[in-house]
Amino acid sequence: MTSLFSKFDGTASALGALVQAGGRNPFAVVIEKPISSTVGVIEGRETLLFGTNNYLGLSQSERAIKAAQDAVGKYGVGTTGSRIANGTQSLHRQLEQRIAAYFGRRDAMVFSTGYQANLGMISTLVGKDDYLILDADSHASIYDGSRLSPAQVIRFRHNDAEDLHKRLKRLDGTPGAKLIVVEGIYSMTGNVAPIAEMAAVKRETGAYLLVDEAHSFGVMGEKGLGVAEEAGVEADVDFVVGTFSKSLGTVGGYCVSDHPELEMVRLNCRPYMFTASLPPEVIAATMAALEDMQEHPELRTHLMANAAHLHAGFHRIGLNASRQVSPVIAVTLESLEQAIPMWNRLLDLGVYVNLSLPPATPDHRPLLRCSVMATHTPAQIDQAIEIFRQAGLESGAIAESAL
Amino acid sequence: MSETVESVSALIIQKLLANPKVPRDIDGNCKIMEDLAFDSLAVMNFVMEVEDTLDVSVPLDKLADIRTINDLATCIVDLKNKG
Repeated sequence: MTSLFSKFDGTASALGALVQAGGRNPFAVVIEKPISSTVGVIEGRETLLFGTNNYLGLSQSERAIKAAQDAVGKYGVGTTGSRIANGTQSLHRQLEQRIAAYFGRRDAMVFSTGYQANLGMISTLVGKDDYLILDADSHASIYDGSRLSPAQVIRFRHNDAEDLHKRLKRLDGTPGAKLIVVEGIYSMTGNVAPIAEMAAVKRETGAYLLVDEAHSFGVMGEKGLGVAEEAGVEADVDFVVGTFSKSLGTVGGYCVSDHPELEMVRLNCRPYMFTASLPPEVIAATMAALEDMQEHPELRTHLMANAAHLHAGFHRIGLNASRQVSPVIAVTLESLEQAIPMWNRLLDLGVYVNLSLPPATPDHRPLLRCSVMATHTPAQIDQAIEIFRQAGLESGAIAESAL
Repeated sequence: MSETVESVSALIIQKLLANPKVPRDIDGNCKIMEDLAFDSLAVMNFVMEVEDTLDVSVPLDKLADIRTINDLATCIVDLKNKG
C-alpha cells in the first residue's frame, strides 16, 4: 500500500543533508527570549537579530505592550468568532477606521493574518472570466490566492512593466476584468517594484491594481505608506494589502480601498469569513504601534540609514548583496555548499539571518536574507558586517583575493 | 501562421535542448517534471519563454493538467486557435 507520507521523502532527505552539512536544522531555530528588538537569546547566547522583519522595532514598543495589557484586562483574551458573526468588537472597527484614515482611503478590512489578507482579497476579487496578472516572483500568499480563485492566472516577468504591458495587450478583446498584483518590496530579494511604470500600464490598459505593501509599509514614503506613496501614484492603486506583522510588530493583515464594494467583499471572502478574528490585545497593540509610527517619522530615517550602512558594508567586504538599498538585503550565494556553512557560522558567531533556499528563491540560488531595523545601532551593524566577513571567508563565499 | 501540435512540440524540444542540463534524447512524450527534473518554478519559467516566442499566454490553471511536452503543445495550439 502506498504510504501517505512518501511524498515527503524528498523533503526529508534534503533536510537530512542540510542538518548533516551544517549541524543545525535552519527551520527550527528557537528564539528563547527577546532581550530587546535587536537582540535575542538563541542556543543560550545573546544573538544579534538581523532576520525578523521587525523593521521599526515595534514588537517591543512600550506603548503597544501597555495597550495590549489594558485590552486584555478590559476585553479578555479572544473573540471566539469570525468577523461576520460574533467576532467584531468595537476595537476591530476602530482599527479599520484608523488604518483607512492613515491611508486616506474610504474603508479597510482587517484580516487575522497578512497571508489571509492576500489569500482573501485575491481569491474574492476575480471571478471565472477575469484575469489575474501576477509578478513572477510573487509571495506564496499571492500564488495561493490565485489557486483559490476561479480566474485565469497569467505571470509576467519580475518587476518588468514592459512585459506586463505585453501580456495585458495579448488579452485585448477578451471579456472579463483584469487585476494586476504586485508587491512593494519583494520579501526574498528586497527588490523594489517600479510602481510608477506599473501604474502607467494599469491606466493605459484599464486594469485594476492591487499592491501588497507588506514589506514597504512603515518603510517607504513620507508617511510610511509604501512604494505607491513614495512614487506619487497612490491614486492608481485600487487595493492596498498589508500586514501588521512587519513594521507594526504585531500580527494581522488588512486591505484598504476607495471602492465602496469592499463592503460586499466582506460577505464573499472565505479567508475573512471562516476564521476567528484577531484577539482584542492584538488590535489594541496594533493601534498603539500605529500611533508610535505616526509620531516617530525619525524611525524611518534611522531604518533607511541603517539599511544603507549594512548594504555598503556587504558590498565593501565583497559579498554579492542586493543592488537596491532597502531594509531587506539579500546576499546571494552560488551554492548550498557555501550557504549552509556560512549561515551556521553566522549563528555560531552571534548573528541570526534567514537562510532561504530554492525554490523559494529566484534563480535557483540560495540567499542569506537579512532584515534591518530602525533600532539597530551603528555598532551592531558594524559587528554584523565583521561577522559576515569572517563567516564569508571561512565558507568560501568571500574570496581572499577580493579583500 | 498556423502552428500544429507537431510544430509547437518541435519548437519546445528545440528550446529545451538549449539548456545543457536537459537529456539529449527527449521527445514529445517526455514528462516535463519527472523526465526533465523540472520543479514547478522551472516549468513556469520555461513556459514563459515559450509564450514569448509564440505570442500566447498560458494561464497557470491550465498548466496543472500538463504533464508531457505534447500536452503543452496541444494546450498552446488550442489557445492560439481560440484567440
